[in-house]
Parts: sequence; C-alpha cells; structure tokens
Amino acid sequence: MRAAFALLRRDLGLTFRSGGGGLLGVAFFMLAALLIPLGVGPEGGALARIAAGVLWVCALLACLLTLDRLFQADLEDGALDQIALGPLPLEAAVLAKAAAHWLTTGLPLTVVAPVLGVMLSLPAQAQGTLVASLLIGTPALSLIGAVGAALTAGLRRGGLLLSVLVLPLYVPTLIFGAQAADRAATGLEPGTALLFLGAVTLLAAAVAPFAAAAALRVNLR
Amino acid sequence: MELVAQDLACRRAGRTIFRGLGFAVRAGAAVALRGPNGSGKSSLLRVLAGLAPAAAGRATLDGLDLARDGEAWRERVALAGHLDAVKPGFSVRENLTCWADFHGAPRARADMALERFGLEGRADDPAHWCSAGQKRRLGLARLLIVDRPVWLLDEPTVSLDAASVAVFAGVVAEHCAAGGLALAATHVDLGFGEGAEVRMPAPGDAPASPAAPAADPFLGGDWG
Repeated sequence: MRAAFALLRRDLGLTFRSGGGGLLGVAFFMLAALLIPLGVGPEGGALARIAAGVLWVCALLACLLTLDRLFQADLEDGALDQIALGPLPLEAAVLAKAAAHWLTTGLPLTVVAPVLGVMLSLPAQAQGTLVASLLIGTPALSLIGAVGAALTAGLRRGGLLLSVLVLPLYVPTLIFGAQAADRAATGLEPGTALLFLGAVTLLAAAVAPFAAAAALRVNLR
Repeated sequence: MELVAQDLACRRAGRTIFRGLGFAVRAGAAVALRGPNGSGKSSLLRVLAGLAPAAAGRATLDGLDLARDGEAWRERVALAGHLDAVKPGFSVRENLTCWADFHGAPRARADMALERFGLEGRADDPAHWCSAGQKRRLGLARLLIVDRPVWLLDEPTVSLDAASVAVFAGVVAEHCAAGGLALAATHVDLGFGEGAEVRMPAPGDAPASPAAPAADPFLGGDWG
C-alpha cells in the first residue's frame, strides 16, 4: 500500500515538474468545448440540446491525449523495469499510475465542467448531474485508457493506434455519462444512467489492471 | 545462497539468442559475464531478473525456481540495466528518494548512496543537468537503496571515468563481502579476480538441431 502511494506521489510529481504538462489535458478540454459555440452559433436552445454530449466527448478526447505517455516514458528510460522488480504487483502499479492520471486529468476536468456547462447554456438543474456523471465516469476513462497505453507503450508513434484501440471501449462510458446529464437537462430521472455508469467504471477497475499488467509484461521482455 | 543456471536458453522474436548455458554463482562472489556484442548478455540478465521468460532450462536461487516463484524471485534481485531510469524533472536526490519510498527504505539511505557515488554536491540540482557519467552513477546508486541480495548489472561502467569505475568496483566488493552476489555483463576489468567469469556460449557451440540433413556424399564432393 505504501509502495502504491509512493508510486502515485512520484507520478504526480513528475506530471507537474517536467513539461509533461500537468494540466494540459484540462486546458485542451476547455479549448475544445470553447470551439463548439463558435462552430454551432450562439443560439441558446441548440447549445443546450447538445451541451452534455459535447462536454462528454471533449472529456473523452482530453483523457485520450494525455494517455500516450502513461507507461511509455517509464518503459523508455528503464523505470518500468524497476517498477516491475519492486515490491508491488504490476497490477497494483497500473492502478496507482491510472489513479495519478485521473487526479491530473479526470478530476480537474470535472471541476471546470460546470463553468463550461454555463457557457454552453446547459440547464441549471443538470449541472449537478453533469458533475456527478463526470466524477463517476472519468475513472473508467483512465483505467480503460491504461490498457491501451500499456499495449502501445513500446511503439514510437503509438498515439494514433492508442486512440483507435481505446475509443471504441469508451462508448459505454460516453453513452451512460452523456445520457445521465441529458436526462437531467430535460427534467427526467438520471439515476439509472448514473448507476450503469458506475457499473462500467467498476468493471473497468476490476479488469483493466490485469489486462494492462499483462500487456506491460509483454513489453518488458 | 547460490544462483544456479542449468541449460538455459533464450529466444527472442523466433530467434535463439543462446542455449545450453549453465553456471553457478555462490553468495559472496562477483562474476563477470563475458561475450561479444549480440551474444545475449542483456537477454540473460533480463531472464535472470524474471522479466523475460527462459525458452528452456531452469534457474534456481536458494530453493526458489525462476519459472515457478517469479514473484518471490523478483523481490531478491536488483537490475541495473543500460537504462538509468533517471527522471530529468526530478532533482538528483529526489531520483533516489522516490525509489526509497517505493521500496519502503529510509530516505536517509539516499544521501548515503549519493555520498558513496560522489554525487552529494549535486543532490539538489535537477537531474537533467547531469552528465552521462553522473546519470549512470545515479542509476547505480539505486542499487544501494533497494537492498537486494542479487545484483544483475548490464554494462554498469559505460560512460564512467576510471575513478568512478574504481568506486563502483569497491561498492560491488562490499556488497559481496556482506553476503550478496553480483553478475555483471561487462567488457572492462572490475577486479572480480581470475576465473570469476561466465562466458556466453558462442552460436556455434549450440548442439546441431535434429532436423539438420545428414551429410550427403554427393554434395560433400566425396564422389570425386
């Protein structure tokens, strides 16, 4: 447990220290969401209709953009060898690194989402649900993404392949997440969608560490 | 404690890198691993670290079997590969303290290791200011932090100056005197003593595969 926290702290330190772009994911998220009204036009009704979906798609892309170096940097400089030889099972190391990724992308993204919601004239009664859906759903993005990042860690230009591998797996999270916020916006009960969203995240938490660790072991050979 | 390898073989990407490798290293011994470039020294060290699977043969360490007890095995070895795992964004000291935390070792050990490798003056500098030799020393200093009995060293002296090589040879000697063992792939003399070396089997030494066609007197030219 202590080793996992040490790894988490190290990853957080590295993200903020070394041009790895601590909050660049959030900056991308805000810019991408900002482009939507410029493209669609400022008419409130049209924006409100698509706000929840747009924010979720932007969150997905922001997560994806920050994933490609999740394991690659450590594989390239040999740190992954040291982690694999450490006191922690590789599965737990994956979990710690995915947690660090979520803390630097998923969480800040959830925090700024209400501001963007206002900008996209998302109805006020949906704001809480939007935040809740992002809070429940974004961990799944980091976890599922970790599998793709582990698979493509050894490839020099793996970013595009990573997107192709991971985006289809993001579909359930996107559907239930956007659905929850959308239902709240139209005055319907969002509870079921949120429960399904939580189920997807739990499933990802149960499966992804093992899949990612298996992929890393192949990369370490 | 004894590290024993019997008839080890390694295959990568469908190609046999080496086979029929056997040796034994007893606790307290430092052994040099010799062989030309491409003879599989690094691959052997990765196999012995439990990171890559052996294609054949077995290795044991104190009753542990490499193939069966991977988890326990990996907790006894330290690998200093030709990659230093130095993070340029961290300071020199942080590069060691993060591993000390990870391994649950006291942070004071980081300063001790820095001093041993003559890096105490740079402890607070960013690691990306370090020269190649200093980065290598920083990578080797991690060996003193993780505190494992078996050291697997892959070209540890590359880009080190003569003084640093001597320091490192002293560190290895201390580790062995304290009951550890070390296996180092190296092309230089680290003062391990006469005969303390393992030679990688040359590709020609491997037994011919049974599928090889029998000698043909026609092709051999024996028919005059």
